[in-house]
Amino acid sequence: MLMAQVFSRPEKGKVYRRLIVDEMYKLGVQSLGIVALLSLFMGAVVTLQTAANIDSGWIPKWTIGFTARQTMILEFSSTIVCLILSGKVGSNVASEIGTMRISEQIDALDIMGVNSAGFLIFPKIVAAVFMFPFLVMISMTLGIFAGALVGTATGAISLTDFEYGVQYSFDVFDVTYTLIKTLVFAFIITSVSSYHGYYTRGGALEVGQSSTKAVVYSIILIMVFNYMLTQILLL
Amino acid sequence: MIEVRGISKSFNGAPVLKDISLTFEAGKVNFIIGRSGSGKSVLTKCIVGLIAADKGEAFFDGRNFTAMGRWDRNEILQELGMLFQGSALFDSMTVEENVRFPLDMFGVMSKEDATKRVEFCLERVNLAGKNRLYPSELSGGMKKRTGIARAIAMNPRYLFVDEPNSGLDPATSIVIDTLIREITLENNMTTVVVSHDMNSVIEIGDNINFIHKGELWWSGNKAGVLNSDSQELNDFVFPSEFMKEIRDSLRHSR
Repeated sequence: MLMAQVFSRPEKGKVYRRLIVDEMYKLGVQSLGIVALLSLFMGAVVTLQTAANIDSGWIPKWTIGFTARQTMILEFSSTIVCLILSGKVGSNVASEIGTMRISEQIDALDIMGVNSAGFLIFPKIVAAVFMFPFLVMISMTLGIFAGALVGTATGAISLTDFEYGVQYSFDVFDVTYTLIKTLVFAFIITSVSSYHGYYTRGGALEVGQSSTKAVVYSIILIMVFNYMLTQILLL
Repeated sequence: MIEVRGISKSFNGAPVLKDISLTFEAGKVNFIIGRSGSGKSVLTKCIVGLIAADKGEAFFDGRNFTAMGRWDRNEILQELGMLFQGSALFDSMTVEENVRFPLDMFGVMSKEDATKRVEFCLERVNLAGKNRLYPSELSGGMKKRTGIARAIAMNPRYLFVDEPNSGLDPATSIVIDTLIREITLENNMTTVVVSHDMNSVIEIGDNINFIHKGELWWSGNKAGVLNSDSQELNDFVFPSEFMKEIRDSLRHSR
């Protein structure tokens, strides 16, 4: 029901376009810092852990680069980053809409004849679905870069070996797969959080509860859809 | 004119409104008064469609609002302004953007005309020059006045006001009351005020409707309030001995 309202005909396209751009900045650009920081450390740790666990002469050194690439592209840059974003973006969306609900701002929109669900939720969903793939691609790049940096700096692997591993048996579909996951996760985070915010009843305490529920349900759904999409797309 | 016919509403089986029928006249300030929890806010929300009534209808100048679909309702909603108890200003927008919002959203006038209309509305509520302030920078009275400016931006035929004086000092309350009355008369609007502030009722009320335990208990004008025999109305309007003495002296002086 709520989604039907969200995707119904907007009152004025120009206003919605401006809102989408605002949300792209709030949900996407303002998340860049945490995504970059997280990705650098994830890439570095994966590289060090792989290097520390390869103690057989039969396993070539370039496996470290290969593992860093596969881990970042297939799982860490999409799933882990989206889990973090569900905490940052999800709680932000739920509390923003929840506060608007309890302070009658949503009633004010309804009374003007504005489709409040569409006005508040549609721009957030579009912005997240558009921006999250960019964040994930940046995450992949930074993670692999950090792996190369830490691997060579610690002497665990030479840059040539790391580069060879990163390029070895590369399949573009892995990136496609992770971007498909990201689109689904972006939709889950914004729609679930908006739902919990929109149906908040009560006061400040309930806004906090909505925010918590939004994050918890988003995480659970991300994990379930991660499994389902992996089985559908990779096997 | 707004006509309400047989509105009933229950929450979880508990009746909150019981078969309420009444009429709000154009060019008059129509009050809905009653104790906290009597159902007056629920009644208002049922009339404007924020809450779906279990039974009954609301007619806006003969148009059955309750029976309309979303897009048809929008036509009436754009003729309707509402001032909420907490003002309900959009936090992320300035005073000017708040007032301009409905004009931009429905594109009813050119950019230049919209700017002029915003300026007019802000001047009308004595907020000229406060365009760039955010709601967090406004006092309670200024928030109410911004809310009124936003409510009248579309030049509405119907104005709903929910507890206009809650949280305001007596002097500011009189300013808001006077503003509501003036705007009603200037634009021949049908104004509905929900309040339990008897000072406002006596100051600007033309028609008064007393809701008690979800029922329309009493209807009349200011003089009628003073002379009513209704025990429940008297208990509400004149709750203390002091107020009863004032009522008696007013009755004797007439």
